Amino acid sequence: MLIIKREVCGYCGACVSVCPQGALELVDAYLTVDPDTCIACGICSKICPLGALEVKNEE
Amino acid sequence: MKNKYDVLIIGGGPGGAMAGKAVADAGLSCCIIEKRPAIGAPVRCAEGVGMEISELIDLNPKWISSKIEGAQIVAPDGTILELNPEMAGNEVGYVLDRKIFDRELVWNAANAGCDVVVKSRASSAIMKDGKVCGAVIEHGGKTFEVTADVVIAADGVESKFARWCGIDTTVPMAEIETCVQYLMTDIDIDPGLNAFYLGREVAPEGYVWIFSKGDRTANVGIGISGKMCKDGKRPKDYLDAFIAEHLPNGKIIEFIVGGVSACKPLECTVADGLVIVGDAARLSDPITGGGIINAMYSGKLAGEVAAECIAAGDCSKSALMKYDTEWRNSKMGKGLKRNYQVKEIFIKLKDEKMNSIVSSVKKIDMEIFDTKYLIRELLKYNPWLLKDIGALRRLLD
Repeated sequence: MLIIKREVCGYCGACVSVCPQGALELVDAYLTVDPDTCIACGICSKICPLGALEVKNEE
Repeated sequence: MKNKYDVLIIGGGPGGAMAGKAVADAGLSCCIIEKRPAIGAPVRCAEGVGMEISELIDLNPKWISSKIEGAQIVAPDGTILELNPEMAGNEVGYVLDRKIFDRELVWNAANAGCDVVVKSRASSAIMKDGKVCGAVIEHGGKTFEVTADVVIAADGVESKFARWCGIDTTVPMAEIETCVQYLMTDIDIDPGLNAFYLGREVAPEGYVWIFSKGDRTANVGIGISGKMCKDGKRPKDYLDAFIAEHLPNGKIIEFIVGGVSACKPLECTVADGLVIVGDAARLSDPITGGGIINAMYSGKLAGEVAAECIAAGDCSKSALMKYDTEWRNSKMGKGLKRNYQVKEIFIKLKDEKMNSIVSSVKKIDMEIFDTKYLIRELLKYNPWLLKDIGALRRLLD
């Protein structure tokens, strides 16, 4: 699953543009992820300018 | 906000504002929906524009932070290429104050009769028989359905509206420029000069910019390819290293983050009842990342075409295609196509080649500041480039 580190996130929306599933959304000044749509591909986590997104493997 | 407009515009940036003004000028009803509580903030932009902005709008001096009279390209080995206007004293561009500029553009739309609603967000598209008919809007904890003959999606790089309408807008990972910028003060810069720093160590598949915001203050930022970004090598890491080396005593008074697409534009920028403009249509320049003028031009054109189609009673994809065809054949469309291919060539160049290109020229007096002209000049001094990459010649003819 995708973890959003809210204190690190700069709320820029770069991740939203690369998400192949449309699972991310920048709502006003916070980022949301739809856990049902997210496939944990890690693309958003890779390109984040600040490193605010982390994919955690589920146990 | 009413529950029905001729045109509904999602996003209150330069693209949405120009669209709103064009629709209102045509005598139709329209509304700009902006999800942020303020127009123009937060800024997510280096704010640089070329002179040609005056073809789209009469510039007001209070929107301008700095008038730019030249530029420097700094090669990986530190060699500087100076770009000067052919005539001394000529301006070649501006660094805007977008907090003021964006607001005034929206104000222009509002004065022309366009409604504006801030802190309200489109949360889905209203579709009927495959046609876009409006948007569901969240505002103040309530949900509204707003219908329109045409929706203009001007919702920027983080655009979702077109996706809700079934259009794949995903930017490839290698083609997002991931960016960080500081507004810095107390730095020694030439206020009339913008600088670009190149190199794998400085900004892999991107560049560092210093865009003057006036005396001793500038937007200092970086964009690198998403492909090159990883823990410990994120744009903020590179930018902090650059600042430690070049501007160690500067003060950071604003922290800005963003993404800029450097991909091809969307394959098609219209659908039944829908027009997509600016960054949402992936119209930012693949080389410079500049998107303001392209958003303004495409926004205005979208507003005009939407108004024509509404007057003619046909807002189908085929009627709205006039917009898509016109921008692709425009100077902007041709420039985007060429610059995408030039970018593909230049991101593959090794630092040594970049050094030799820059050191062969040192100074160019440019009649007009655009990439085509610059590349042409560089080729004059570096004919080997053509041998290496014959594709370049084709692009410049």
